[in-house]
Amino acid sequence: MSYGAGHDDNHDHKPTGIGRWLFSTNHKDIGTMYLIFALIMFFIGGAMAMVIRAELFQPGLQFVNPQFFNQMTTMHALIMIFGALMPAGVGLANWMIPMMIGAPDMALPRMNNMSFWILPFAFILLLSTLFMDGGAPAGGWTMYPPLTLQLGNAFPFLIFTIHLLGISSILGAINIIATIFNMRAPGMTFMRLPLFVWTWIITAFLLIAAMPVFAGAVTMMLTDKFFDTSFFSAAGGGDPVLFQHLFWFFGHPEVYILILPAFGIVSQILPTFARKPLFGYASMVYATAAIAFLSFFVWAHHMFTVGMPLAGELYFMYATMAIAVPTGVKIFNWIATLWKGSMTFETPMLFSLAFIVLFTIGGFTGLMMGITPVDFQYHDTYFIVAHFHYVLVPGAIFGVMAGIYFWLPKWTGHMYNETLGKWHFWLSAVSVNVLFFPQHFLGLAGMPRRIPDYNVQFADWNMVSSLGGFVFGLSQLLLVVVVIQCVRGGQKATDQVWEGAHGLEWTLPSPPPFHSFTTPPQVTEATAHS
Amino acid sequence: MNSDHISGKLAIFALAMFGFGYALVPIYDVLCDITGLNGKTGEITAESVSKLVVDYDRTVTVQFDTNVNSELPWTFRAVDKTLVVHPGEVTEAVFIAVNTSSAEVTGQAVPSVAPAQASLYFNKTECFCFTKQTLAAHEQKEMVVRFVVETGLPKKISTLTLSYTFFVTPEEKVGDLAFIAADPAI
Repeated sequence: MSYGAGHDDNHDHKPTGIGRWLFSTNHKDIGTMYLIFALIMFFIGGAMAMVIRAELFQPGLQFVNPQFFNQMTTMHALIMIFGALMPAGVGLANWMIPMMIGAPDMALPRMNNMSFWILPFAFILLLSTLFMDGGAPAGGWTMYPPLTLQLGNAFPFLIFTIHLLGISSILGAINIIATIFNMRAPGMTFMRLPLFVWTWIITAFLLIAAMPVFAGAVTMMLTDKFFDTSFFSAAGGGDPVLFQHLFWFFGHPEVYILILPAFGIVSQILPTFARKPLFGYASMVYATAAIAFLSFFVWAHHMFTVGMPLAGELYFMYATMAIAVPTGVKIFNWIATLWKGSMTFETPMLFSLAFIVLFTIGGFTGLMMGITPVDFQYHDTYFIVAHFHYVLVPGAIFGVMAGIYFWLPKWTGHMYNETLGKWHFWLSAVSVNVLFFPQHFLGLAGMPRRIPDYNVQFADWNMVSSLGGFVFGLSQLLLVVVVIQCVRGGQKATDQVWEGAHGLEWTLPSPPPFHSFTTPPQVTEATAHS
Repeated sequence: MNSDHISGKLAIFALAMFGFGYALVPIYDVLCDITGLNGKTGEITAESVSKLVVDYDRTVTVQFDTNVNSELPWTFRAVDKTLVVHPGEVTEAVFIAVNTSSAEVTGQAVPSVAPAQASLYFNKTECFCFTKQTLAAHEQKEMVVRFVVETGLPKKISTLTLSYTFFVTPEEKVGDLAFIAADPAI
């Protein structure tokens, strides 16, 4: 087969100007656009989080009215999940997968362009609702009917945003699978693939299986609202709880869509800085696949309180517990990789180590809520807020940050400012705990989520949490400084960049050529991955 | 396998999953019928009622909960808030609905039983919820439900709640109710 079918054959010529970006079919340029887009969305979603934390700094209503507060919680979630984390993951996949498997580019470069350029339009649709009569979606990112059906003009915009995002991520996922299945260099067998590539195969399958169900569910809402169907309307014989089942059938795989790429990144970084091969490579692959497979059978643990039969609650409890087994395999493998390693603590390693510790805390609180009887206390309190922020912020986002610091010298050809990187890490790692740990206490004490005002008994921990939030928010500006500095110049990076780095991407020059591997390299067990 | 081939297969898979989302709707209904998951009650014919054996040693408290959707200009209440019945015994409960608007409105009640486990054993021989109810302006109407709690009801359930919510019928909703919003009497 021919490599990189579909893009121009002129290997030395780089398109210039705005056209380079608008019409790009280059995996690196598209990866860069994904990452910049994700960064912008991270700051927009972050600004909304700052509004939330400012309002919750003290009891009583200070800055915003409750309706706007609800818009902020809903939009913060939608933007962070679909605008920041998912595009960041796809951006890293675009940049790294062709280089890691020894390919010149992605398998379907034009489709790659399309899946990126859908995103800005989708988020213009979504963000425009902030300026409409009735405001932005305010019924929670989970969009439960009947509340979400009562949204004003924002409702169809919300639904079509979800449709566009679904199309974008399904196209992206198809492209990633086609690339990995078809474009591997000779000798790069499946069981030699770097772990990041493996986690992305599995994530891509999750996307293709879960996103269409979500698209179907929101389409049903759309027809309920405008075409008098009654999928979720009790008046016409429908059932609003059915939406919750459909939503979480998508929603639970979605949380693994967010975290699995981070698992992959950490599995690349730990062996590099421990200077040891990854412990239990095969078990890592199987554990990731097992997590993904099980994720389709546990959805109703998000809705224990809707009134399920006891047998259902028991089933979903035990199935949820089962996911802890492959997740535990991964955690222990990471720890075993570190064992007796010659570790150094550069910024990517620091973020990865914090990831293991803090993601595990989030995992444990997840297990607590998987226990049906106690979930009745935790449900819809700040405890769940603390839980999913632990797995998504010092979990998924720290994973992405680690990946950015790890690969930035490869992308730019310059070493980043290690001192600033360390400052970014320590400020983030400390403040993220100040931000989210007290929320466990608030939740256990009974503070409900998604409220702009609260009982004075919750005042102290909310103030602590808000202070942590402001520090965390401001610290992220350091990332922008580091990235801009690194793009502009700095100490020249070697091809290998890191002393302990192994794998095809480190055999290319830093920065790599426009088309990664024009002649496929021969891969052996030793050169395949760390 | 080339890239077009594999992406075609994956696209078909994605479309199939979209269809699967819709297929979950009837699957959910069937599961609810079997398990009583959504609290929907059963129906029973007059013929099989006559064969029921009444368990006079056991009593079950049935509570009635009445709601009106905000779009429907009615009031709706149960004459008796609770009834104590024997399993197997056919009992009648009376409800009163009043149209508070100055226009004819059609509504329909949707029943639900809690706990959901009890819904499998709660059967109605006659119910105003089976059909649409039309009330003239300011009309008051008595509505009857005749039900029987089966003797198989699990022993640990001694109280169950029958809840009704009256909704505007979806056909009526389309445009017709604009006048109600404008009616200061409501």
